[in-house]
Amino acid sequence: MLVSYKWLQEYVDLSGVTPEKLADKITNAGIEVEHIDYPGAGLKGIVVGEVESCEQHPEAEKLHLCQVNLGTESVQIVCGAPNVAAGQKVPVATVGARIADNVKIKRAKLRGEISNGMICSLDELGFDHNYVPKEYADGIYVFDNDVPVGADALPYLNLDDAILDLDILVSSAHCMNMIGVAYEVAAILDQKVQLKKPVVDETDQIASDKISISVEATDKVPYYGARMLTGIKVAPSPRWMQLRLIAAGVRPISNVVDISNYVMLEYGQPLHTFDYDQFGSDHVLVRHAGENEEVTTLDGQLRKLTSEDLLITNGKKGVAVAGVMGGENTEVSSTTENVLLEAAVFDPISIRKTAARLQLRSDASSRYEKGLDRNRVGLAADRAAELLTQFAHATVLKGIVEAGERTVPEHKITMPWQKINQVLGSELTREQIVGTLRRLNFTVEVADELMHVSVPARRFDVTIPEDLVEEVGRIYGYNHIPATLPEGSSTHAGLTPYQKIRRKVERLMESTGLSQVYTYSLTSKESASSYVIHDQEIEPTQVVWPMSEEHAALRQSIVPQLVNVVNYHSNRQMPDVKFYEIGKVFLPVKGEPRPAEEEHLAGIITGKRTERNWEGESAGVDFFSIKGIVETLFDSLAVADQIEYRPSKRDGLHPGQTADILRDGKVIGYLGALHPKVQNDNGLNATFVFEVAVESLLRHGKTAIDYHFLPRFPSTTRDIALVVKRTVSASDLDRVIRENGTSLLKSVRLFDVYEGSHVAEDEKSMAFSLVYFDPERTLTDDEVNAVHEKIVHACAEQLGAELRG
Amino acid sequence: MLKEKLLELRAQALENIGSAEGLKALQDAHIRFLGKKGPITEVLKGMGKLSSEERPVVGQLANEVRKLIAARIEEKRAELEAKLIEKKLESEKIDVTLPGRKIATGSSHLLGSIIREVEDLFIGLGFSIEEGPEVEQDYYNFEALNLPKDHPARDMQDSFYITDELLMRTHTSPVQAHTLEKHKGVGPVKVICPGKVYRRDNDDATHSHQFMQIEGLYVDHNVRLSDLKGVLTVFAKHMFGADREIRLRPSFFPFTEPSVEMDISCFRCGGHGCNVCKGTGWIEILGAGMVHPNVLRMSGFDPNEYTGFAFGMGPERIAMLKYGIEDIRHFYTDDIRFLKQFNRA
Ligand SMILES: [Zn+2]
Repeated sequence: MLVSYKWLQEYVDLSGVTPEKLADKITNAGIEVEHIDYPGAGLKGIVVGEVESCEQHPEAEKLHLCQVNLGTESVQIVCGAPNVAAGQKVPVATVGARIADNVKIKRAKLRGEISNGMICSLDELGFDHNYVPKEYADGIYVFDNDVPVGADALPYLNLDDAILDLDILVSSAHCMNMIGVAYEVAAILDQKVQLKKPVVDETDQIASDKISISVEATDKVPYYGARMLTGIKVAPSPRWMQLRLIAAGVRPISNVVDISNYVMLEYGQPLHTFDYDQFGSDHVLVRHAGENEEVTTLDGQLRKLTSEDLLITNGKKGVAVAGVMGGENTEVSSTTENVLLEAAVFDPISIRKTAARLQLRSDASSRYEKGLDRNRVGLAADRAAELLTQFAHATVLKGIVEAGERTVPEHKITMPWQKINQVLGSELTREQIVGTLRRLNFTVEVADELMHVSVPARRFDVTIPEDLVEEVGRIYGYNHIPATLPEGSSTHAGLTPYQKIRRKVERLMESTGLSQVYTYSLTSKESASSYVIHDQEIEPTQVVWPMSEEHAALRQSIVPQLVNVVNYHSNRQMPDVKFYEIGKVFLPVKGEPRPAEEEHLAGIITGKRTERNWEGESAGVDFFSIKGIVETLFDSLAVADQIEYRPSKRDGLHPGQTADILRDGKVIGYLGALHPKVQNDNGLNATFVFEVAVESLLRHGKTAIDYHFLPRFPSTTRDIALVVKRTVSASDLDRVIRENGTSLLKSVRLFDVYEGSHVAEDEKSMAFSLVYFDPERTLTDDEVNAVHEKIVHACAEQLGAELRG
Repeated sequence: MLKEKLLELRAQALENIGSAEGLKALQDAHIRFLGKKGPITEVLKGMGKLSSEERPVVGQLANEVRKLIAARIEEKRAELEAKLIEKKLESEKIDVTLPGRKIATGSSHLLGSIIREVEDLFIGLGFSIEEGPEVEQDYYNFEALNLPKDHPARDMQDSFYITDELLMRTHTSPVQAHTLEKHKGVGPVKVICPGKVYRRDNDDATHSHQFMQIEGLYVDHNVRLSDLKGVLTVFAKHMFGADREIRLRPSFFPFTEPSVEMDISCFRCGGHGCNVCKGTGWIEILGAGMVHPNVLRMSGFDPNEYTGFAFGMGPERIAMLKYGIEDIRHFYTDDIRFLKQFNRA
């Protein structure tokens, strides 16, 4: 909402309050003033001149030689405007003046004739051409005749004004009009609002003889009123009105149109004018549109409506889309004489839906959407009638023809006045509270502990006691309220066990060299279906209306996004990077629209194990680098003994370098090398990834720590080297060893793998270090030998292993 | 005679020891002078020929000479060994300015660090951390927060809907509603809710279709706006420096009444005006307010018995302000050169 400081002065005494100060105060009371525009900033030396004579330039057909009286002197000015004429009072940029864009005016010679200055168009004075009235669009501006010659021209163009741009939210819709702003500013400054009641000079002719109104959609049209005006002469509106409209960002058109816009700016009530002679009947019927009913709006567009839209009709066909835009068939034109003036109240939600669907947001519809002063509709009609009489030669017929209630009672709120202090934490006296509410022009009565507050309809946003708390708080000023700390009962605070351990996992990942990233949950449909731990038959969850194909579906795995991050780095000559992310994945559930959400941990590594340094090049990362990270994770979570790795084949991963991660027999993740094809497609070197369903792992992990006394007896270590077929995996041997190790076997560690000339071509040797231990005593050799032999025997039996000689 | 021989031996030995250049020569000297077949042993053997007066004198002298030589050899040995060690140490000298073998650690994401910092602060103030689903029911995302289906502040175009009733949450406020419901109308409720949120925005320097939010909620008997002011003051000083001041400006959110915006005095210029604060001396940090009675009621709390405050902030905004980060997309591009800079954050 653009608010003219000069216009506002008409309603509120602003003496001593500069535009900047005013803007600050308005902002601090809750409506942000986004900026202040000084339309005359930079202009200098512009005076009112009178064109004494105007003759054709002897050398140039399109130029005029004007003798212009500047008050103190009379000078010759060459002017190219087609509308310049003797007797006009015009803005003159004198020699040395500055006009728009900081252009300096110099004495000049135009086709041999001296020009001592320039007669200005509005554009040259900095007006936005889009708002310049048609009559001045191609020429100079012309003042009213009563403007004194020689005077500074800027005040007569409102170029000495300041325009405050108020950011109006739903809660401040009451300030979408000058009177509303005036009430707000008056409350802030503790002033009175000066308002004049419109005076309508009606004839004896009865309006309801000319027109009748019926409303079918009464639930959405609480009030529909109309005035009849005859004998109108369509012409430009007065200059003061034009300038105010321009300052408010509205282009002046003609007196009839401008007056309805002006009253809307002033009262906040949208009005509409129909050419009565084109109306096609003497009856206004407001109803829902029929499905697919068509109407051509003012902008020449054919609009197809639905039964949700409100339509103004002449009983047969549509003449306006209610509250949104008028129809072309009844538009006021230069020849209009009789006008039907509509002042109505429509349901905000209905207007919002229609305006949104037709993509027709207008000044009127946005006011209807946000709500308006229910008790101003009649006043607005009167104000328009008053102005049309004054400036459009109108005769006003007697009475407002109407359907519905023109006014509604004020809203009443009863509450203990102390509640204001209780909620704010303030210590205001009763008088301060009541006084603040009265500044807002609310009526307050106090009876003991209670206060009864009557809220004017213009403050339709104030409905409950909490709203009054806010009104007092914001007018009194939150900076006057103390800062306290809560006195309430104490609560258990802290991280949940899961949150705690998740933080630990993050720190652990970082200490293994992985940097944390956050990536997008929304990804392409294809990427949302890749690298999923448990591949689903169902499609990934998708958003109805994506911004792009790239962010259309909910990820089921983090790995594809990590591949993108590595790809980004590889494209920028950063080939050695390691990342991890903990975040939600969204797993579709059959028959349910809502996916299951769980947090996963994923990691990616590529390039060298460590930075190249003076000792030489480090080896590249490989499968065992990423596995080491995963194992470190499980060790630190104390679940390593529940974890098993099983070779697997997964899309996008190297078929010979991929393992599923199982816990208690269930797959909880995977790790592996990216498939060479994926690496190629992304321009990556050897890259390794893992993903673990970490949330379920952490939530179902062991949290209690079992303490064991330090050993009092020595343990016995035996190494064992076994030759097996190459198809036998380390985990096969590990499992058989553990299964047969009895309670005495405390740990098993693989320390050597050998393939080569000392064993057969299809064989390999694996050496394990086994630790035997009994907490109660020292083990004898015989005891250890017995178990050790059992293990060797079992390995031979189950896996064909032979002791390496 | 023997006496002279001993004295001569002594002189010879001492010179020999003195000129020994290595442990080997010293060892040779030891064997030569003190060995079982050495000259002193010989002298002692020849003592039988001496008179009984001379014998103890020569015996004593022989012992003294032997002791002296042994002592000198030990002295010399220590000296040579020290030299050897010194030489070895000298040969082991390295360039201590060469870089060491670092363990390359990864870095924490700045957003994670900020969220942790906020969480820890509020844990200290008695809050616990609540999280909720990112795919949310329309009811919790909007209706339970006093944003009924037809509310003008609600725009379908701003949200990623999955079905008519499900969407990517547009703020972390639904966690408030869930948490209040869980407490079944009995306070206190004191929670911080961090998490990812989603809005239908085109990604550019200041917009991201995915971003973080941290929501705070405190509901109890007699919670006041002044308490909100106090808690936010603690927050502002903790996050932005001890000499920060805050101011509350009236604002509008459907789920709070009254609603406020919190500004902090500019940490760059201290309030005099600069480009960070756009010349105003104040920087807008977060939105807050007293929980709207409709929100309390809908989640099972009696607004006549309970009041509460809520606030919501954007970690990206805090990070961008604090470090002068110019583009919100950096947080999600994850350029390692960006990430590493905030490892200490
Ligand atoms: Zn500043």
